[in-house]
Amino acid sequence: MKLPAFEYLRARSPEEAWQLHSEVEGDAVYLSGGHSVVPSMALRLQAPSRLIDISGIADLHGVVAQDNALRIGAMTRHAEVMDNPLVARHAPLLALAAPHVAHPAIRNRGTLGGNLALADPASEFPAAVLALRAEIEIIGPEGSRHVPADEFFLDLYETALAPGEILTAVHVPLPPASRVFAFDEIARRRGDYAMVGAAAQADLEKGMIVDASIAFFSVGFTPVRAKAAQAALIGAPLSRESVARAQASLAEDLDPPDDPGFPAHRRLQLARVLLGRVLNQMETRP
Amino acid sequence: MKVLVNTKVNGTPVQEAVTPRSSLADFLRDDLGLTGTHLGCEMGACGACLVLLDGAPVHACLVLAVQAEGGTVETVEGLTETGAVADLQENFHDRNALQCGYCTSGMLMSAQALLARNAAPSRDEIRDALSGNYCRCTGYEAIVDAIAATGRARAAATESAQAASANTEAAE
Repeated sequence: MKLPAFEYLRARSPEEAWQLHSEVEGDAVYLSGGHSVVPSMALRLQAPSRLIDISGIADLHGVVAQDNALRIGAMTRHAEVMDNPLVARHAPLLALAAPHVAHPAIRNRGTLGGNLALADPASEFPAAVLALRAEIEIIGPEGSRHVPADEFFLDLYETALAPGEILTAVHVPLPPASRVFAFDEIARRRGDYAMVGAAAQADLEKGMIVDASIAFFSVGFTPVRAKAAQAALIGAPLSRESVARAQASLAEDLDPPDDPGFPAHRRLQLARVLLGRVLNQMETRP
Repeated sequence: MKVLVNTKVNGTPVQEAVTPRSSLADFLRDDLGLTGTHLGCEMGACGACLVLLDGAPVHACLVLAVQAEGGTVETVEGLTETGAVADLQENFHDRNALQCGYCTSGMLMSAQALLARNAAPSRDEIRDALSGNYCRCTGYEAIVDAIAATGRARAAATESAQAASANTEAAE
């Protein structure tokens, strides 16, 4: 369908953005790539009276390696996430996740910040930032703050962003050279939403897992950290036995919804299969 | 309230006042008369409306016309009139890679962008590049054939051009 009518304004600074936002309390939406906002308006899921284009705000652009973290600007398009050498080196889970996000043309416009702000529980990037233990940089009238990914995704399409606040960047802690990563998903067709997906990273010392961070998506209302599976791996070598223990403990971590035609127990089984796959991918990484 | 948009469409600078709710596709079709860009689902699923924005394929139904400010747009009219996709068109014709043709302009955009990035894509890579383009007539096989054939022909042409220039250099 054609979009309902709205007013379109461009913001050149965060201050201008929330000023324009506050003028129409509760009825303005920020526009970056527009690849969630525009289809949702076409489907009449929302009809804001004002769209505020924040794509021109300089602070939202660029990928920079800083002292302890890689700062990825919110306006970074999925295609850039896929191809950027700094992302590949310092935040490989995002680069590995990107080819699974929608289709090539969508990836040319959709932005990382827009994706995270939407917080679709079936989307790849929220789980990737969770597994990377990234921080979300937010700016608003009250100032700037960093929110750990673990505290950012609150519920279905609900995040720590307060009305008027803007997600400006993602900060990914620079990984040690020895860290291993894996990402995979099970989808019916290329580009479809995953039935279940997983992002994982681990640190090994002398063959023993000393740290593991694992996040699942498409398993509930938010991306979910697999705490019990992580705990099952730490202190053990990456072996058939430790993988099996982690798979067995997933039932404590995941409580997927019962969909018609896709019962919870089947999704949990797919999650176990997928966990085995990503852990095996880690093992075979050079 | 209309918003003034400055953009370049198929090489021609365009300045128009557009309503914010107009998609880039509506702007191209209704305001500029470029009806080669087709609208199917109008929600970014079918790929019929793909155009090149700053050289990369995008859904013209998901980009607002006002977001094309300062950008460069190429539509199927531009690509065909310059002859940039003449070989793709020829191979689509040879392989019967279209029936009703509604998806074809979008297919050409995806194919052109793929071949620009990857001169000799595998069939899997071609299918991946076309994953956001629906065709309800052909079953895709002939489309993949046509794109693979174009890729091979372009790669061969580049190779022989390089060989010719190497020969010229050697002769000098």
